[in-house]
Amino acid sequence: MKTTNKVLMDWYNHKPIQTESTIISSLKRDIIDKPVIYIGTGTCGLGAGAAKTETQIRAYLQKNNIDAEIVNIGCIGICAYEPMVDIQLPGYNRLSFKKVTTQKVDNILDKTFTLEPPKEDILFQLDSKSKAWEGIQFINEHPYFKPQQRVVLKNCGLINPESIEEYIARGGYRALRKSITKFKPLELCDTVEKSGLRGRGGGGFPTGKKWKFANAAPSDQKYLICNADEGDPGAFMDRAVIEGDPHRLIEGMAIAAYAIGASKAIVYIRAEYPLAIHRLNIAIEDAKLYRFIGNNILGTDFSLEFKIKKGAGAFVCGEETAMIGSIEGRRGMPRPRPPFPAASGLHGKPTIINNVETLSNIPEIILKGKEWYSSIGTDKSKGTKVFALSGKITLTGLVEIPMGTSVREIIFDIAGGIPNGKKFKSVQIGGPSGGCITEENLDIPIEYESLIEKGAMMGSGGLVVMDEDTCMVDVAKFFMDFIQRESCGKCIPCREGTKRMLDILESITNRPINESQFQALERIKGVTQIEKLAKVIQETSLCGLGQTAPNPVLSTLKWFREEYEEHIFDRTCRAGVCTNLRHFTVDVEKCTGCTICAKKCPTDAIIGSRKEPHFIVENKCISCGTCFDVCKFESIIIS
Amino acid sequence: MNKSEEIFKKYNHPCADDLIPILQDIQKENGFLSEVSVKEVSKFLKLPSSRIYGVATFYNQFRFTPVGKYHISVCRGTACHVLGSATVLQEIERILKIKAGNTSRDGLFSIEVVACIGACGLAPVISINGEFYAQVTSESIKTIIDEYRTKES
Repeated sequence: MKTTNKVLMDWYNHKPIQTESTIISSLKRDIIDKPVIYIGTGTCGLGAGAAKTETQIRAYLQKNNIDAEIVNIGCIGICAYEPMVDIQLPGYNRLSFKKVTTQKVDNILDKTFTLEPPKEDILFQLDSKSKAWEGIQFINEHPYFKPQQRVVLKNCGLINPESIEEYIARGGYRALRKSITKFKPLELCDTVEKSGLRGRGGGGFPTGKKWKFANAAPSDQKYLICNADEGDPGAFMDRAVIEGDPHRLIEGMAIAAYAIGASKAIVYIRAEYPLAIHRLNIAIEDAKLYRFIGNNILGTDFSLEFKIKKGAGAFVCGEETAMIGSIEGRRGMPRPRPPFPAASGLHGKPTIINNVETLSNIPEIILKGKEWYSSIGTDKSKGTKVFALSGKITLTGLVEIPMGTSVREIIFDIAGGIPNGKKFKSVQIGGPSGGCITEENLDIPIEYESLIEKGAMMGSGGLVVMDEDTCMVDVAKFFMDFIQRESCGKCIPCREGTKRMLDILESITNRPINESQFQALERIKGVTQIEKLAKVIQETSLCGLGQTAPNPVLSTLKWFREEYEEHIFDRTCRAGVCTNLRHFTVDVEKCTGCTICAKKCPTDAIIGSRKEPHFIVENKCISCGTCFDVCKFESIIIS
Repeated sequence: MNKSEEIFKKYNHPCADDLIPILQDIQKENGFLSEVSVKEVSKFLKLPSSRIYGVATFYNQFRFTPVGKYHISVCRGTACHVLGSATVLQEIERILKIKAGNTSRDGLFSIEVVACIGACGLAPVISINGEFYAQVTSESIKTIIDEYRTKES
């Protein structure tokens, strides 16, 4: 049976006793009595093979009779360098190693334990009071971390997410105590409103203002829901926060619940994140044990019941009213607003729904004050924002930067630009509801407003980078296919319109096989009317999903119109992604007339007699590539 | 006592709110939702089975056919798409000779397309029975599947 750490709690409650300093410092890992090996075992770490690395490390320690502690941590943010392992020797700064695969383990441990760590594998050393390693850069000197300002990700990848003690020792749950003892609920709403914090889930509605609505709504029961249904493909910061620092979210939620007067809190989390759910469950149990949640929190009469609800895989459930429907055990279909959930939400009671990142910002705002928070960022967008970098970029991962940083800085200065010497084409921001930022707009500062001006949106902060090998029509088609599948089917413009838009995009990226009767006409009609259709979907859909559904198409049309035209008029795809638009011809010099291609061609598009060079009839060819695969003489040319 | 009853015991004050968690528990236990289990849930929660089917068919997570011994989830998120998950999926379908959403005849493999696993930094990603494989290519997928096949033979 786990019990609370009494010394730690005395320290937390300002009752100094003698042993305090050593215990707290050892929890903060300022002082350690044996080597500590930290292994990044978030989902990305495990995907890169952290579990195998851990087995190898344990085997090494056993073989060499070394007594060391192994700690599983979350992700520090550079997914590209996973699996990452940190080693801290007593008296020395903690070292971080990159790409520690099983083959490298023995070498790294051998050399580090003899105080000559292999420099080529080292990423950085952490700053602490211990002895610094010579000639090794500190974390804040590393180009990836230097421009970052970590508020939400402060502890991610540094502390043990399964230990509430470490979180408390690093100043955790102090904001909760400050909120409950020093603030009235309305004052808290006011502080958050004045800090300028806006919803990080996409819409960007001022958080404090939203809280005030619920605070003012009279009711015997109110709910706080945390939206951890990170459905936007390309965003994974919520997962990383919950996997790496779950107590920050719980503390933020407890403060929010106190501010709005809720006694029940629900985390609605994707079922696809089993590790995050596991760690959150442990964190909730520990927080209950330490009485930071549950009945009579910190001895006051404020109580908060905590619950996890697993989503069941529906993108539309990220919409507030749909999520409420899903929690109530119904189909996740949005309903008209007003009434807004803040007035009538879950079971008809006032409900506030906030995103993971929004809530994780709260503890720091309370601790450091609204002035500190509003000093970061730009005029209208305050604070920091976490972005998830993925796609064709050198360093994939998570970065937390102050608002107002330019997209160029993130992609080229922090994340090292485009790999393999390719040319940058565009970056998709905001997922399926967002849009593209092209080369010419790379210097705009990241703010809610400036992004919308350029036809994109902040969304949840996924940045998918694309290079010259990416076909923009194909990207638009991908998003349309996604939206069309995820449309809940309630309103016709979204249900039918997105399907129709996908049809049009498919007809653009496919070669017409059999353009008889009306097919050709319909295709042309579709192409000429796609923008009109997009407008109708935007204006007549009920919820955010439908209203933003045509954005990827409109945005790519705006910036890459010539690519669409090439697909439509010239039937070519410059990136070579749309395989159905490839042209096949026969090299008459090489063709021996073996007839295999003619026999295998599914549409009988290849003609020619035996032992004579063959010929492909362009109109019949569907670009399936079968002839290319079967030809033994490399006589089929693709252009 | 059958499995469903064991699951129902966990829910002391059953109401409509518990519908999705109960269905998730049943699917975790059985691998899919059978007609019998839907009827049992209907009796337990005093909800029409049509409503339960309505909810279950709405969400991507619920299946109505059994999955294979090795369940392959292929991520089709944006990052994975840009880095070629479509060809990976095609290759898996070609090797196993089944389409996404189906189970192979020997009951060994099943393929499922998921929206996003959340490991975009390592795209393209697949997971087999919860174990993640990062930066999969249409070449490396062959060796991965072969590993599982040799395990069986």
